[in-house]
Amino acid sequence: MVKKLIVILSIISLMAAFGCGDKAEKKANKDEYKFGLIMVGPHNDHGWSQAHYEGGEYVEKHIPGTKMIYIDKVNPADRPGVTIPQIVDDMVEKGAKFIIANSDDMSDGTLEAAKQHPDVSFIHISGDHALTGKAPKNLGNLMGKMEYGKMMAGYTAALTSKTGKIGFLGPLLNDETRRLASAAYLGAKYAWEEVLKKDPKDLKFEVIWIGFWFNIPGVTADPTQVTQNFYNKGCDVVISGIDTTEATIVADQERKKGKKVWAVPYDYKGACKGTASSCLGVPYFNWGPSYVKNIKAAMAGNLKSEWVWAGPDWKDINNEDTSAVGFEAGAALSAENKKQLDQFIVELGSGKLNLFKGPLNYQDGSVFLKKGEVASDKQIWYMKQLLKGMIGQSSTK
Amino acid sequence: MTIIKEENTTISLLKDISLTALFVFIFTTLIITISGAPPFEAYENIIRGAFGSYSKFGQVIKVWIPLTLCSCGLLYTFKINLWNIGIEGQMIMGAVFGMAAFKYIPGTCPAALTILIAFIAGLTGGAIWALFAGFLKTFGGVNEIFAGLGMNFVAQSIILWLIFGPWKREGIASMSGTEQLSEPLWLSTFTKMRISPTAIVLTVASILITAFILKYTKVGLGLKAIGSNMQSAFMYKLKPTSYMLLAMIFAGGFAGLAGTMQVTGVYHRLIPTISSNYGYLALFVVMLANYNVWAAPLVALFFACLNVGSIQLPMVLQIDSSLSGVIQGALVLATLGVQSFKTMKKKRREYNNSNGRV
Repeated sequence: MVKKLIVILSIISLMAAFGCGDKAEKKANKDEYKFGLIMVGPHNDHGWSQAHYEGGEYVEKHIPGTKMIYIDKVNPADRPGVTIPQIVDDMVEKGAKFIIANSDDMSDGTLEAAKQHPDVSFIHISGDHALTGKAPKNLGNLMGKMEYGKMMAGYTAALTSKTGKIGFLGPLLNDETRRLASAAYLGAKYAWEEVLKKDPKDLKFEVIWIGFWFNIPGVTADPTQVTQNFYNKGCDVVISGIDTTEATIVADQERKKGKKVWAVPYDYKGACKGTASSCLGVPYFNWGPSYVKNIKAAMAGNLKSEWVWAGPDWKDINNEDTSAVGFEAGAALSAENKKQLDQFIVELGSGKLNLFKGPLNYQDGSVFLKKGEVASDKQIWYMKQLLKGMIGQSSTK
Repeated sequence: MTIIKEENTTISLLKDISLTALFVFIFTTLIITISGAPPFEAYENIIRGAFGSYSKFGQVIKVWIPLTLCSCGLLYTFKINLWNIGIEGQMIMGAVFGMAAFKYIPGTCPAALTILIAFIAGLTGGAIWALFAGFLKTFGGVNEIFAGLGMNFVAQSIILWLIFGPWKREGIASMSGTEQLSEPLWLSTFTKMRISPTAIVLTVASILITAFILKYTKVGLGLKAIGSNMQSAFMYKLKPTSYMLLAMIFAGGFAGLAGTMQVTGVYHRLIPTISSNYGYLALFVVMLANYNVWAAPLVALFFACLNVGSIQLPMVLQIDSSLSGVIQGALVLATLGVQSFKTMKKKRREYNNSNGRV
């Protein structure tokens, strides 16, 4: 009986296996320029990785003859034992001449792989090897000037908040995340003090770090719980700094329970989708244009090892062909506040308003920017602490 | 387990393997077909992903090394009828101890010596961790499965605490891992295959040593005697307690070695998932190999091929990447299925035999 069943099942699966195998057309186009995209999260995460994935699709659309090879969820929790050099070896064997690694977590692995493949061009997103001089000739860095996006996030959050308590759902603690959390705080502070003319003491801006870019059960703190705690503590807006969309999802659930709360997701233009009632808007990355620029340069053979920090196109920060970062206003943002936001963006763009301008102190009271001093790119990139006035762990002492 | 000696171990082993493979084949083919992808291409890609190039096969060997080391360790504990599920934690502690050596030995020490000390430290760390579970078993009367699981949790907490706390990178708090080791402390590799001759030599030596100890020494005999029949062991004046602890030391030692290997040979740093579940996987390797020291490395190789090859599925066929997990899950289930099927059959045979004889 059992044996018969086994025989029948194996015949069926054999037929399925070989029957369907009339080879899908495998025309390996030799003129194709292949580029590899290594993503830390799922390619459909409505966040960080999806923004990159769609950037890759943008390249395929705008440079004829290019083809993307991608792999997602490349992190030790989802793919134990898999390393970046291993993936790169494989992509290069598949013909990739250009590799994009999209996570800070891949910093060491990308450097190692770039040294192993001097003929292949590498872009490590959010890293600084090209700035510190560690990078070989074939490795460059790219990042968007998201601090502007985060200022807008903080700005809308403070304008909307009724309680003046804002939570920042932080990923892990490093230069990048300190920079972005601080930028959000500066935006919120500006809205609170200069636009609403409210008492600075009444603005509470708290950061909680979960330990990684997204939830890893048993390893990181659970972002869903952290967000719930923010709302339970009286925060009515949570700004997400992580790769995934837990903050807006929780905000929506709380709204269904009758709480008047909002959230600001991160990374991906479409992140508000499905959570319209609570989503104030999303600061997002638009990788496509920068990718196109880099890959075109590599195809022409003149890609340099550069550290690039691409800003928004202030004429239209939501122009998908020119702006590296943008802010998509959400349905929950009131018309009045939207107008204020547009004005804020104009002022930022014209240079009339610069929030990274002294006097600004670090959390421990030490000076970050003297009175009147405007922060250089490097000062903003390498922030050693959170700013004075923010609540939350600042450094790792 | 080892009570009744099968007459034709090789043949029955081959039967087991092919039966498991068949189960997995049927199951995954159905799953892939349902998900709308071509199964044949999926298999082809897995095979190519494992053997398609030097670097790919090098990767297989990289996975094979820790799997085989853990399997070697488990052969001792299975021999004496202990379920050393704590192997995962022992591997983690091996990595922690190895990393500690790398961290605290001054840079003036020659790299080769540092690596050697790290290996010894890792081996010791794993062995100590296994001894805890062993003591709980022998003196505390705690079943080794629970003791082991408990110790795994503790080991996991320790490694998380170290990475997020005392051993974090300068100015950074991330579960991503510790600072990278300086390059001289990486195991040197063949350029094309990227595998380390040191690691291979150590692994092959581990297999040979395990085979020798288990087959030709008094220790091996003692383990086997106690594992087969506790009562008779007492008659021969063997001390089960010391033998159990000894088996745990061996298991933990090999696992610890694997852990250190992950640090210096693969990740070049300490990460939260440094053990990559190889310990748990090794339990199945040894079971599928029918506790045979020569078969275990082969089964480990097969598992390693699957592990490495399945990465091709999301890359080439855009099958949701979790399908590779489904295949591995199916493998594990099929392994269990085959085992229980065998015991069931054996029991029925025994029952029939005893009835027939009376």
